[in-house]
Amino acid sequence: MDKYLLIESRDPFDSQVVARQYELAVNLVKEGNQVTLFLVQNGVLSARRGGQSELLTRAAGAGVQVLADDFSLRERGITPNRLAQGVKAASLSVVIDQLAEGRKAIWH
Amino acid sequence: MKVLNIVEAAYRGTLEEQDDTIVWICHAMKGANADIDVLLRGNAVNYAVKAQDASGLSFGGARQTQPPQLAADLVKLKAKGVKIFLVEDALRERGIEAGELIEGVDLVARAELAKLFGKYEQVWHW
Amino acid sequence: MATTLTFALMDAPYENARSTTALRLIDLAVKRGFNVNVFAYEGAVYLPFAKQAQHANAVHGRTLEEENHPLPRAWIAALMKEAAAHDAKLDWVNCGLCVDERGAAEAIEGVRRGSPADFWNFAQNSRNTLVIGTK
Repeated sequence: MDKYLLIESRDPFDSQVVARQYELAVNLVKEGNQVTLFLVQNGVLSARRGGQSELLTRAAGAGVQVLADDFSLRERGITPNRLAQGVKAASLSVVIDQLAEGRKAIWH
Repeated sequence: MKVLNIVEAAYRGTLEEQDDTIVWICHAMKGANADIDVLLRGNAVNYAVKAQDASGLSFGGARQTQPPQLAADLVKLKAKGVKIFLVEDALRERGIEAGELIEGVDLVARAELAKLFGKYEQVWHW
Repeated sequence: MATTLTFALMDAPYENARSTTALRLIDLAVKRGFNVNVFAYEGAVYLPFAKQAQHANAVHGRTLEEENHPLPRAWIAALMKEAAAHDAKLDWVNCGLCVDERGAAEAIEGVRRGSPADFWNFAQNSRNTLVIGTK
């Protein structure tokens, strides 16, 4: 089993490829890996409940740990009560934790 | 350490740089004995199309004498022992047929990328 | 032995959020006493460009001092100091050919010129490497 950190800086409103990254996260879990999908910058826009957030809720339901950078959320006025189910706000320091852990880290 | 390098953005500054800068850095790293392979996804799968021709640009009287040769650069990279993977779904979505591609590329289904990543210690998405 | 992380950056300053997020990550890492290597590729060689200068902002109605416009070169210098204060090092390498074609040779103190071989060497000698590509 490998551990992965997928950092998603883009949003599915902007590009179709982003939904494919969410699918990749789910497929990595299906292969028996531990996966964190860390949303940052405009990547947090899909974490607001409604819109495309169902994609993230489904990923979380499939076993992906879905986190959203708390600064990026605050910068965009996405308050905690507006987060989609399955998405948790987190400090960017999680990225450093998981890099130091040696996870395969992929920025998109 | 075995690393998979992913290229997704295509034709980004390739005319000014006269190459794709990620394919280029892979050449340079291979020259430093890096154990690397390359995955082309999204629009970057078009880099494997043989018929690309960016020649003929000029600005005022200044002609570009070395246009990028992206497909040839991939062929040279392959010759150095670097595997070149293309996402099969991305080719199909773009209507690119097998006969249009350079020789020696490996096709991988999008659904199989998770398995592919498992073969590398690190995966760098440029 | 301290943990070492390597980052590859590609974006020029002021163009998108990736540069700022990268510096946020480096800040977090050096504050933990991690050694950090940065390979600045393409436009990222302008991040530590010594000639960045502040300006006033008439649209905001602010003087030069009031505006206190961010200069990535100042942030990077501060990160180098922060690293040293934690007995760590921020080793910043600008890709030499990228510097040449952009005319970006004047960088702040502590930045050195290098090549992709340096990046590969960094990666091999780090706990982990994060490539922040551009679009």
